[in-house]
Amino acid sequence: MSGVNRISGAGRLTPARTARFTFDGRTLTALEGDTVASALIANDIHLVGRSFKYHRPRGILSAGAEEPNALLDVSRDAARRQPNVRATVQEVFDGMKVSSQNRWPSLAFDVGGFNDLLSPFFAAGFYYKTFMWPKAAWHRLYEPFIRRAAGLGVAPTEPDPDHYASRYVHCDVLVVGAGVAGLAAALAAAKAGAKVILCDEQPEVGGALHHDTGTVVDGKPGYAWAQETGKALAGMENVTVLPRTTAFGYYNHNFVGLVERVTDHLAAVDKTLPRERLWQVRAKKVILANGAIERHMVFANNDRPGIMLASAGRTYLNHFGVAVGKQVGIYTAHDSAYEAAFDLKKAGVAVPVIVDCRERPGDAVLEKARHLGIEVLKGHSVVNTTGKLRIASITVARNGGGGARKIAVDALLVSAGWTPSVHLFSQSRGKVKFDAATERFLPGTYAQDCLSIGACNGTDDLQATIDEALAAGELAARAAGAEGGAQVALTGQNAFEWTGGMIGAAEGAGPDTTVKAFIDFQHDVCAKDIRLAVREGMHSVEHIKRFTTNGMASDQGKLSNMHGLAIAAEALGKGIPEVGLTTFRQPYTPITFGAIVNHSRGSLFDPARKTPMHAWEEAQGAEFEDVGNWKRAWFYPKAGEDMHEAVARECRTVREVAGVFDASTLGKIEVVGPDAAKFLNLMYTNAWDNLKPGRCRYGIMLRDDGFVYDDGVVGRLAEDRFHVTTTTGGAPRVLQHMEDYLQTEFPDLKVWLTSTTEQWAVIAVQGPKAREIIAPLVEGIDLSNEAFPHMSVAEGRICGVPTRLFRMSFTGELGFEVNVPADYGQAVWEAIWGRAEPMGACAYGTETMHVLRAEKGYIIVGQDTDGTLTPHDAALSWAVSKKKPDFVGIRGLKRPDLVKDGRKQLVGLLTKDPKVVLEEGAQIVADPNEPKPMTMLGHVTSSYWSSNCGRSIAMAVVAGGQARLGQTLYVPMADRTIAVEVSDMVFFDKEGGRLHG
Amino acid sequence: MLLIYCPYCEEERSELEFRNGGDAHIARPTNIAEISDEEFEAYFFLRDNPKGVIFERWRHIHGCGRFFNAARDTVSDRFLTTYKAGEPKPDLDAEPKTSAEVETYEALEGAAQ
Repeated sequence: MSGVNRISGAGRLTPARTARFTFDGRTLTALEGDTVASALIANDIHLVGRSFKYHRPRGILSAGAEEPNALLDVSRDAARRQPNVRATVQEVFDGMKVSSQNRWPSLAFDVGGFNDLLSPFFAAGFYYKTFMWPKAAWHRLYEPFIRRAAGLGVAPTEPDPDHYASRYVHCDVLVVGAGVAGLAAALAAAKAGAKVILCDEQPEVGGALHHDTGTVVDGKPGYAWAQETGKALAGMENVTVLPRTTAFGYYNHNFVGLVERVTDHLAAVDKTLPRERLWQVRAKKVILANGAIERHMVFANNDRPGIMLASAGRTYLNHFGVAVGKQVGIYTAHDSAYEAAFDLKKAGVAVPVIVDCRERPGDAVLEKARHLGIEVLKGHSVVNTTGKLRIASITVARNGGGGARKIAVDALLVSAGWTPSVHLFSQSRGKVKFDAATERFLPGTYAQDCLSIGACNGTDDLQATIDEALAAGELAARAAGAEGGAQVALTGQNAFEWTGGMIGAAEGAGPDTTVKAFIDFQHDVCAKDIRLAVREGMHSVEHIKRFTTNGMASDQGKLSNMHGLAIAAEALGKGIPEVGLTTFRQPYTPITFGAIVNHSRGSLFDPARKTPMHAWEEAQGAEFEDVGNWKRAWFYPKAGEDMHEAVARECRTVREVAGVFDASTLGKIEVVGPDAAKFLNLMYTNAWDNLKPGRCRYGIMLRDDGFVYDDGVVGRLAEDRFHVTTTTGGAPRVLQHMEDYLQTEFPDLKVWLTSTTEQWAVIAVQGPKAREIIAPLVEGIDLSNEAFPHMSVAEGRICGVPTRLFRMSFTGELGFEVNVPADYGQAVWEAIWGRAEPMGACAYGTETMHVLRAEKGYIIVGQDTDGTLTPHDAALSWAVSKKKPDFVGIRGLKRPDLVKDGRKQLVGLLTKDPKVVLEEGAQIVADPNEPKPMTMLGHVTSSYWSSNCGRSIAMAVVAGGQARLGQTLYVPMADRTIAVEVSDMVFFDKEGGRLHG
Repeated sequence: MLLIYCPYCEEERSELEFRNGGDAHIARPTNIAEISDEEFEAYFFLRDNPKGVIFERWRHIHGCGRFFNAARDTVSDRFLTTYKAGEPKPDLDAEPKTSAEVETYEALEGAAQ
């Protein structure tokens, strides 16, 4: 038997198909298709958790996504464990382990329950008021304590072994919700020929028909019609039906996020399937058929296990075949709960009483109750309940006073009416309007191309819902361009017309009381907390929400918002629309990080860019550093060498013999066209007209504000063709910057820009023996000093491969940069290495490159400059043309602040003790004895040990730096103060003769 | 995520393919080297931040690569129109809209009857 409360012959599950699972270590039997909640209730377990703040015993309240109480820890194995799973949504599978949360040492005896006794001290705003003093105690004492006490479940510690999938889809009509309305709308849209997606969060279509027995659609029982229709839709080529799929977010321009739970209900996980699939849908039209959510009644001690929504009681009986109790009371303000009583009574469950707070319930349900012999107490209210771990009795009193009567129950079904689910509508930025007659917020002004139908649109009658849905489905399809098909006609009939509903506190929980009448179960917010918030001066609904945390738990107030609002409005003496509703935010229900992060984890989190020579560098044992997305060889340690020793050796070897360096990551842009030189004149500070083909020049690029944006060497290959290089990190933005000016400011120029960064592998050969290394490999280019001096470029061949060969240097040595098509990069590198290695040359990495360039005072844009330096500040005035009438930045450079004295300027720094290496970023002061805060003159931008100089070297920005040459300044550190002398920036080969070797 | 109509590709494409380029219709003075500090400030630094319609530049960076202009409502994020770079600022009242008007339920319901 799959649970003592299972009623033979009731429900829609197959009795023979059982599944076993454990709850807090106890093995239980369920049926396939059960949710954890229905299986627990079948086994007569209502107590499933402890509440957040007061640790009160809590049971299962609902049968759907709105569940605030029954949050459990569900696991398949050690790595597949998930906290805070709603028991009402999670389907049972064979072998699953379920544990309750937020209790110690056990669910039945929880030490934290002590909080309930202390609850007078834990009123709303308690934390704000209590933990203010002393200030220091916040970090050390209060926060760690509150953090430990807060939260319900415990996050898993192992990496997630599952994978997740993602899809982008376009459709004509997206229908959210597959109840009567959604199915009818999808059918109409599909028959009209539209491409339709129909999604629903439940495992089967049917929506509210799950709990229903009396509805007839198209002459069939409602639920059976729904399954047939769902199947028919799924069989149509133009329709995708997605069960177990929640539309969690409605974003701009009809972009809707769906998350499909693919394997969480399966006993054996097929590893080829994703655990969840994220659907990113762009729909021409969206039809919202979200339905409505039943509200609970707000009365004293309304949170005992065994108290649940009437519709949930019906779902457990009619769908799962489970009776929620043996003596089930009803407390309602709405006719719908009567049907729960009828269904239970017919199934043989005792229904001792229907307590209705209204004086005039609907005639039809009253008549039926009388017929079935169920006692109805009109104009009565439940004013209290008893029962420690499960409800044992209700106390019923006549409204307005009168003798109280105690009635024994083991379950109580409650209903205060139905709240239309306007969540997605509100997320779409639509404005809701308040319907005073029915006291509900309904879709008002639409902001996007969507339609609300059925219960979420406030349409109550079944035939009206069907008509509205069919019209909306066909209209949406036609508006999206569908032209085919026949019209659909459907009839539907409810068992009963429903009336009634209330919001706010019920009798016995009014403003003059201090009872615990919960409105938000998940955050333990009572009616009196809302009133306290108003008394304490919170008059905006947003403030009340934050002060009480009403509606701020993971259920986002699906049950509590309307009650909280009504109580606040009463306390404020205002109308409900004046107080207003808080905005609904995405996601509608909690979604996993896995679905959001999806494929973007591990090596796919961020792409790694590798140069053509990467494999060779790896084989040589290079250490790599990340530069943007690039992996760059950092240094090549030999056996036993640390980084310092390796870099020192590489630096010496380059200057004594030669070194080979992978410069492929340099940004490269091909600038072509009759106006190419004219364009570069505008983009760089330098003049380009007078640069002859076959020659190169170092260029500085500014923004219009006058600050250095990028730099690089530009080679002119022909009158109309330039090979531009940029910094490694700057390539994309430099191209964007150039395109911006070319397209929008200088559109008349005939110039074309192409990124060629990844087309060329670049091998820098630097050092006295550089020419000797490459000469035998090069064809068609005379490498002599006379024919090919420093800053030359030529096209020819190397190793039989086309090359653009640059004579240039970022080391101060005789140097070449060999550009070859990327696919030949490694082969040419190996050929060069085959000559270089026997001569005693080395391969060197970015660290040595940095040291060597600093020895020569060559700046790195982005390290030595930070977006606030002009070329004059960077000692690059020589590169700024004084003759050009215009270039980007020409006016910015004349701004008053950019020409005034005392600006921070780049200079060299030499420590008085040559062995001390400064820290990059360290601050510089003139007077180390000045009381704090000291006047800071600037900071160190680059600092290295230079084995070639036999001492440390550094570059720094210093206020008025160029006028301070020779001055002694100080760098205060935590443990000492370092004296430095301001110098020029060239530390090695000041005459520059080596370049021309 | 926005849908943006590229006037060069003549298609609505996802926001992922585009990059915003700031205010439109701010022309770089042809005599920029001579302008006053105040004129430079107005050209380079000062921008409006309207609640309502803004004219702004977008680049179809992962598509055709072209810059174009758009009129967008900063409250609803609706694009009123997009047009090619260099074209004059459109008269929004006269101009036919690139993206369709959002149809309200009431309007559709009316059409149904």
